[in-house]
Amino acid sequence: MTVLFGGFLLAMLVITALAMVQTRNLFVAVMLGGIFSLLIATVFFMLDAADVSLTEAAVGAGISTVLFLGALSLTSDHEHSKTTIRPLAIIIVIITMLLILMSTFDFPFIGDPQSLVQNHVGAEYLAKTPEFIDIPNVVTAVLGSYRGYDTLGEVFVVLTAGVGVLFLLGKAPPPGCYRNKPADTEGLSHYLIPRLVGRLVIPFLILFGLYVQFHGEYSPGGGFQAGALIAAANILYALLEGEKSALQVVPHKWLMGMIASGALLYGLVGVTGILLGGNFLDYSVLSEDPVKGQQLGLLIIELGVGITVTGVLLSIYHAFASRGKI
Amino acid sequence: MDMLVDIVSWVLLLIGGFFVFVGGVGVLRMPELYTRMHASGLTDSIATSLILVGLMLQGGFSLIGLKLVAILIFMLLTGPTSSNALASAALLAGNKEEGAQQGDKKV
Amino acid sequence: MEWFGLFYYWVFAVLLMIGFYTVVAKKNLVKILLGLSLFQSAVFLFYISMGKIIDGTAPIFLADAPDQIYTTPLPQVLILTAIVVGISTTSLGLGIVVRIKEEYGTIEEDEIRKIDHS
Repeated sequence: MTVLFGGFLLAMLVITALAMVQTRNLFVAVMLGGIFSLLIATVFFMLDAADVSLTEAAVGAGISTVLFLGALSLTSDHEHSKTTIRPLAIIIVIITMLLILMSTFDFPFIGDPQSLVQNHVGAEYLAKTPEFIDIPNVVTAVLGSYRGYDTLGEVFVVLTAGVGVLFLLGKAPPPGCYRNKPADTEGLSHYLIPRLVGRLVIPFLILFGLYVQFHGEYSPGGGFQAGALIAAANILYALLEGEKSALQVVPHKWLMGMIASGALLYGLVGVTGILLGGNFLDYSVLSEDPVKGQQLGLLIIELGVGITVTGVLLSIYHAFASRGKI
Repeated sequence: MDMLVDIVSWVLLLIGGFFVFVGGVGVLRMPELYTRMHASGLTDSIATSLILVGLMLQGGFSLIGLKLVAILIFMLLTGPTSSNALASAALLAGNKEEGAQQGDKKV
Repeated sequence: MEWFGLFYYWVFAVLLMIGFYTVVAKKNLVKILLGLSLFQSAVFLFYISMGKIIDGTAPIFLADAPDQIYTTPLPQVLILTAIVVGISTTSLGLGIVVRIKEEYGTIEEDEIRKIDHS
């Protein structure tokens, strides 16, 4: 029964992808992209990847759709070109697809307990976590402790993307570009119902984001998901009350501070490991008991990740939404 | 007693699924934008409530049941609001109500 | 069933090629970015479906089931990182598209090329 449901979801994925590629109205394509992200988050959940499903739903279906819509409002939302078929591209695509399909017959079938992925390193992480780190969520343990260096690199990638967008969209646009765009001083403030419900819901969104942040060691969660959720709560406020109010509530200076301080916190934890006698990003030396030290280190670096991701996503949104208007 | 709770929850889930189906058929077959939004609003409100109450009966008085109550309250708050926001945006974009003689409007 | 057990890989191949065709053959820059994110999502599906194990559950230790099989956490960690990196590159790409629109006035590749060569 689950197999049938999985097959149905995968068929819907392919149909949505085909519709997304084929439509000429870019607004429809972005909405279909959001639907695609939510469907693939459901498929991930069915494949027992709870953390990944939460991240894909929060980041893919939420933040990515908003950023695409922000960019669409600054460019046009219809595709100009006529639908010309490019025969060379189609031939190459079909040949590659047949090659990949032929090679899948050598793969182990899905769920095989003997496949190479399940043994070696993955099984060792599952076996060693209760002894060294002792938290229930093994994905957070692997992300923060066993592969902590990769996560440090990832935080810096997010920071670089934020800095890059701020460089690109920081200067004022060329004069005369947005001359027929109205100034956005009030957002949706003459729509009573969304504004009222938004005011009710935003505090609970932020509370849920904090819950996901600090509960990341016991249930699916962690820094990335929490950063996306809190950024989404702020974006909702910016949409409802207008850009000016939103930039008064969380000004640009705070956003820059958040972007930098999260990554700095992560790096400081690493350097503290060296100063206390261990290696870089060695959390066992942070406290008397190595296991407690690992848990303390995980808590602090997840906080750093959450702060940076919130700051970056929110400042990218503000860079798009306040372009040429304020 | 267990059997009764199971039967009631099954009935609620099936009726909720039926309303989702009706909403989907309505979105496809209705003639213009506002009637289609009305049909899709079914899935936001009644279908979600029935399915979640059916799941609550399966979950019982535990943490899972409490989380389902929270999800139900959130969906009841935000679902109709998003339908309202969509309809207001359509009205603002100039999509005045037109009769069924106009045929399907491609959004 | 043996052949149904490979279904996820076939869907991965189809989605990968749809995304790849969009990047290669379409001319609108925002459409190309959407195709790129489709390509990335197909790769995520591939990795996560590799990690599934029969009778497994999410790799979060349950206190009351001592001999439960857990899916391997390693592909999930890699994909978690990849999702966030994917959205970072998408947002940077969108920033570049907005600047191109401001300077050239269009976001269709052939029109940009015409303006460049004239």
